[in-house]
Amino acid sequence: MVLDSKAPQGAIEKSWDEHRFNLKLVNPANKRKYTVIVVGTGLAGASAAATLAELGYHVKSFCIQDSPRRAHSIAAQGGVNAAKNYPNDGDSVHRLFYDTVKGGDYRAREANVYRLAQVSNNIIDQCVAQGVPFAREYSGMLANRSFGGAQVSRTFYAKGQTGQQLLLGAYSALMRQVHEGRVELYPRTEMLDVVVEDGKARGIVTRNVVTGKIESHAGHAVCLATGGYSNVFFLSTNAMACNVTAAYRAYKRGAYFANPCYTQIHPTCIPVAGEHQSKLTLMSESLRNDGRVWVPKEIGDQRHPSSIPESERDYYLERRYPSFGNLVPRDVASRAAKAACDEGRGVGASGLAVYLDFADAIKRDSRAAIEARYGNLFHMYAKITGEDPYSTPMRIFPAPHYTMGGLWVDYNLQSTIPGLFVLGEANFSDHGANRLGASALMQGLADGYFVIPYTIGPYLDGLARENDMAINPNGSAFKTSEQEATARINKMLNINGSQTVDDFHKKLGRIMWDNCGMSRNAEGLKKAIDTIPKLREEFWNDVSVTGTPGEFNQVLERAGRVADFLEFGELMCRDALTREESCGGHFREEHQTEENEARRDDENFTHAAAWEYKGDDNEPTRHKEALEFKYVKLTQRSYK
Amino acid sequence: MSSLNLTLRVWRQKGANGEGKFVDYQLSDVSTDSSFLEMMDLLNNQLESKGEEPVAFDHDCREGICGACSMFINGQPHGPERGTTACQLHMRSFQDGDTIVIEPWRARPFPVIKDLVVDRSAFDRIIAAGGYVSAKTGSAPDANAIPIPKPDADEAMDAATCIGCGACVAACKNASAMLFVSAKVSQFALLPQGRVERAARVRNMVEKMDAEGFGNCTNTGACEAECPKEISLANIARLNREWLRSNFVLG
Repeated sequence: MVLDSKAPQGAIEKSWDEHRFNLKLVNPANKRKYTVIVVGTGLAGASAAATLAELGYHVKSFCIQDSPRRAHSIAAQGGVNAAKNYPNDGDSVHRLFYDTVKGGDYRAREANVYRLAQVSNNIIDQCVAQGVPFAREYSGMLANRSFGGAQVSRTFYAKGQTGQQLLLGAYSALMRQVHEGRVELYPRTEMLDVVVEDGKARGIVTRNVVTGKIESHAGHAVCLATGGYSNVFFLSTNAMACNVTAAYRAYKRGAYFANPCYTQIHPTCIPVAGEHQSKLTLMSESLRNDGRVWVPKEIGDQRHPSSIPESERDYYLERRYPSFGNLVPRDVASRAAKAACDEGRGVGASGLAVYLDFADAIKRDSRAAIEARYGNLFHMYAKITGEDPYSTPMRIFPAPHYTMGGLWVDYNLQSTIPGLFVLGEANFSDHGANRLGASALMQGLADGYFVIPYTIGPYLDGLARENDMAINPNGSAFKTSEQEATARINKMLNINGSQTVDDFHKKLGRIMWDNCGMSRNAEGLKKAIDTIPKLREEFWNDVSVTGTPGEFNQVLERAGRVADFLEFGELMCRDALTREESCGGHFREEHQTEENEARRDDENFTHAAAWEYKGDDNEPTRHKEALEFKYVKLTQRSYK
Repeated sequence: MSSLNLTLRVWRQKGANGEGKFVDYQLSDVSTDSSFLEMMDLLNNQLESKGEEPVAFDHDCREGICGACSMFINGQPHGPERGTTACQLHMRSFQDGDTIVIEPWRARPFPVIKDLVVDRSAFDRIIAAGGYVSAKTGSAPDANAIPIPKPDADEAMDAATCIGCGACVAACKNASAMLFVSAKVSQFALLPQGRVERAARVRNMVEKMDAEGFGNCTNTGACEAECPKEISLANIARLNREWLRSNFVLG
């Protein structure tokens, strides 16, 4: 199969406008005849469901949480980028586009990124109109701050809770459509399969997590907005329920999975405190606007930070990257922290942490000013560690946070299964090999509010033209999927083994972190590809899943997700092994410059790798989508 | 780091219609660095290892923002610390040998689903009744077209930080949802974008709140004291004002 990106040719500045003009429209009176299924209610899912319903489509919206308002977008802290150039500091659509392509280490699709930069401004307008209380100046105008990988101030924010405010905006738009009767809401419902009939996505099979009932839902198109897979590492900044199941089930039904090895390890998270740890907590990148990162110059310096004089501290980001300093992109900052700790200069009890110090900023701007900017983050840090970050530097360490890889989609956000669209973090398209801070919220809302409402039209219109409008949740494909899902659940419940689901998840997480984490090499990846199937076999023979299928059963929910992670982790390692270069968050030790920076191989790897499932007993097939760069020149990424 | 030995007295209830009861569990070697929910993980992992059913509880982000966790700990929603969700409560707040009593939210509009899990969908229905600005996608003017005084924007933000956890209802002797409703009404009443629909909004949300069976406010202030986001009681005053105002506007 040839991967056709359908990216418009011609001048990039006009391509989205021209593409939109060429897209077939669905007559307003006909829209109500279509049912669109949207899975996930984060920024991408909620904004898509609300907007599609506003247009007149009949929408069914699903989420695993008890309320759509609790999707994990709620936890995004720092902000959302837009090319408004309100600060008059030289920003433009082209600069946001350029920064994002460069930040992604030249592994994203140019046309998608340009469109993202263009609609970024509409997002801010839309959110303000919804009553999102962004931070403002005393003039009453919107405030901005800086984020990593940019030298302009283009990030809009609402304290350290920007994701919460944007999600509540999208959620309120969604609930308005629920009230209007145009959206049917299915909370506490988990998608277990995509149903493909005659080569088209026709619906989904779900489990009601309260009653355990397996159900089929038919629709004319299915949109997955089911987030990322950082929880494959067990410990990550993702919420506990974040999982790969929806995307992975789609992969097994024929959707290609692109660049699974592109994972983002975020540099500023609260370090692991002990074995009891269930997840890691992010400290927003915005803190690097005012915080200075350092470690002691001496190896093994155990003194309290306040006893280490200025001359014996190494502000390594400022030293290594004088022009971007503490605001280098995430992948660069994370590797630098790892390098400092590998040298034995890490701090804290484990030695796996570096300092993020606000003393200078407090001296310069006052404690009150810092509190106004980051109060809730400082509060959160103090709660978790029992230390006061106003007087003692924060200890931070990198942790899995975001996944740039995802289901392959074309310019219309359609996967390789016709009728299956993928939005937000669940797709692969806009961030290349590394996402810049404050760009995830931008992409989620761009896909949901301003892209899918247009690009879904031609597919739906085509169904009517082909006289293919009948949908039937009792069809044989639905029955088969239901039976398979039920059989899998029963199989898990009948193992009655001796190890818990979390025991397996932790073991997998350790394999992934050690071999497919911040740095990777061929030997480790091969070892992981060898070990994971054994762990999977152990799971299917020795896991303990308590309770029954027909009830509220959180163990069963987790077991299903971990079972998918146990397959998906292998695919990630395979992708990391075949990408014989370093780029962005994918750092292969064999491919680095003399200064230990990522060394790309543009000649052989300027492409997205999209994996096709070939059956449980066969290796998947790696397809390529060549990436062409007409507007951004490929160079060695430098933040010096 | 030190560790604790605890007695947990946990509410166990099979399903919505099942009868519930307290069950005692002994738990040893709980790290003081672990969060309250990580302590629950430890208990559940031990139960699962023995093939027993773990305690069901809602949780997700574990950073105090999603609003999923909903435990009544030693007689207080989210436990003893002010301005803190259960997931952000750490075991260093407890002493070795403590007995900790853990219950679900208890309010008629929040029926128990299982153990500590309750159904809070009444909150979603209140939002659906009017908790929004009806701004269709694509219809917005430039974001800086309407300047908003910073104090108004900040006050709206303070109200908007509500996480919808329901602690206010659980804390209230009347099971009133006034703090929750008032936070949303206030956010929009303070912003020019929200003022167009303010009268209909407050009317519809309050009617829905009553229909769902939440009680009335008698100014006890338990909601404000227990709110993990420290939403101010002043919002309820504003809600009352908005409601009165709506009677003049709508008749």
